[in-house]
Amino acid sequence: MSNVPNELKYTKSHEWVRIEDDGSVTIGITDHAQDLLGDMVFIELPETDANYTAGEECAVVESVKAASDVYAPITGEVIAVNEELGDAPETVNQDPFGNGWIFKMTPEDAGEIEELMDAEAYRELIASESH
Amino acid sequence: MPFIPHNDADTRAMLDAIGADTIEDLFDEVPAELRADALQHVPAGRSEMAVTRLMHGRAAQDTQPLNFIGAGAYEHHIPAAVWELTTRGEFYTAYTPYQAEASQGTLQLLYEFQTMMAELTAMDVANASLYDGASALAEAVLMAVRANRKSKSKRFLMPANVHPVYRQVVETIVKHQGITLELLDYDARGGHLDPASLPGEPGDICALVIPQPNFFGVLEDVDALTDWAHGHGMLVIAVVNPTALALLTPPGEWGRDDKTRGADIVCGEGQPLGAPLSSGGPYFGFMCCKQKHVRQMPGRIIGATVDQDGKPGYVLTLQAREQHIRRSKATSNICTNQGLLTTAATLYMTLMGPDGLRQTAAHSHANTRQLCERLCAIDGVEKIFDRPGFHEAVLRLPRPAAEVLTALEDRGVLGGFDLSGHYPELGNAILVCATETKTAEDLDLFASALKDVLA
Repeated sequence: MSNVPNELKYTKSHEWVRIEDDGSVTIGITDHAQDLLGDMVFIELPETDANYTAGEECAVVESVKAASDVYAPITGEVIAVNEELGDAPETVNQDPFGNGWIFKMTPEDAGEIEELMDAEAYRELIASESH
Repeated sequence: MPFIPHNDADTRAMLDAIGADTIEDLFDEVPAELRADALQHVPAGRSEMAVTRLMHGRAAQDTQPLNFIGAGAYEHHIPAAVWELTTRGEFYTAYTPYQAEASQGTLQLLYEFQTMMAELTAMDVANASLYDGASALAEAVLMAVRANRKSKSKRFLMPANVHPVYRQVVETIVKHQGITLELLDYDARGGHLDPASLPGEPGDICALVIPQPNFFGVLEDVDALTDWAHGHGMLVIAVVNPTALALLTPPGEWGRDDKTRGADIVCGEGQPLGAPLSSGGPYFGFMCCKQKHVRQMPGRIIGATVDQDGKPGYVLTLQAREQHIRRSKATSNICTNQGLLTTAATLYMTLMGPDGLRQTAAHSHANTRQLCERLCAIDGVEKIFDRPGFHEAVLRLPRPAAEVLTALEDRGVLGGFDLSGHYPELGNAILVCATETKTAEDLDLFASALKDVLA
């Protein structure tokens, strides 16, 4: 059973979102996602200062068996990317909700965050996906 | 006699097992208007004996003219050992084995091939080959559009002195992907892309293609072109002749600026390395790149690693980017390579070594120089471009190229490639090439035949 922290928000495409004190959001992929993908070998980070709409592809996580797109959970501007993943992509496997964060955004519309799934809804989603 | 093992009884039994009356019934789903009738214009089949005789008769029509045509496919001497080994049962197949069934021997050979191509081009990484030079260039353009994340334009620059067929293939492949080819004119006197003619403010361009040598055999000012491209945020795609690299500065060292030195992607036609002309193929394309772009490089890539006991072994690597895994977002639809031709190329390069390649290149270059001297001594024949070149040159004739070439062919000489179709602005021009396979007597024969024809 994978870890689903209660304080985070989630997307159907298995990204998690943490709202920071200053209104920015930190984004990564969930424990469930990293488990399915397997050992990470490379993370293609988004461009800092780039703008993405909710649902737009903005990064790629590549494991030994698949290369999977990461989608922007909300509309906004990328303000930081986790450069440490360049040398240590396995951090995404080891600590997906902590040091395995992928990028940070400033949301254009804080209301969009409210529409994301909460932990309970995400738990239901992954339960229904594994039949 | 067909090579299908089923007789009527077998066929009947199979149809009964699946509950069909006739084989025709199995095609029920195909609408009547899409069904093909029996082939009207194909003659009835003949016996093996009759076909063999027919083919012998046709082969007897082949003559053995002296070949002075280059234009992208070059007649070089191939040591007998190359194809003696390549046609061994362990290598000889058109099939491309995948990770699960590829033998360590096959993978090791491809790894060594990749190593040699990377060394020849002075680049960081090479793939296990693509189909041919033209499609390799198309893949390089697609790769540059993906890899150049700073550029948003999907526009790239292509000199008009790149092989015309390569340009057509690139255009065909990129045009439906929203990528725009912008043609750059060549200098009328030098036949090269004059760096001074390049715009000071080119705008947002994703890549510049630089040939070396170019289709005319002329050498480009690769350092100036590379620096200009990098200075304007473009990636550099080098299209090179592998034999020439034995003598010229390799693309990994192009450019004078230390920080941006080297082409980003290198591609070309590998045929000169051990593949016979064979009426146009099969040949192979090669592609190399800088380390930072490796994840965008199409094709198969073999890597060296160790097994759980620490023993060395070879694997297909970076497969997550290939079509069978990444599907529509893959680096390419290509997930195969020209295994047989790369085997021959690896053997050729091994047998020739750096010294042998250098001698082949130098000898070819010298022969072309001497050929041009002899031909230009004939009234009305002149060499058009005044810049240094490699093993090919453009000559202008006093009469239309097509008729001169036909007359030469009647005298046993394939005199060159007619340029008037692709480059009408050059007039009655042909592209001539003399490789190391030609002797002084061969050059004399060509010269005297041309003198006769033009007299």
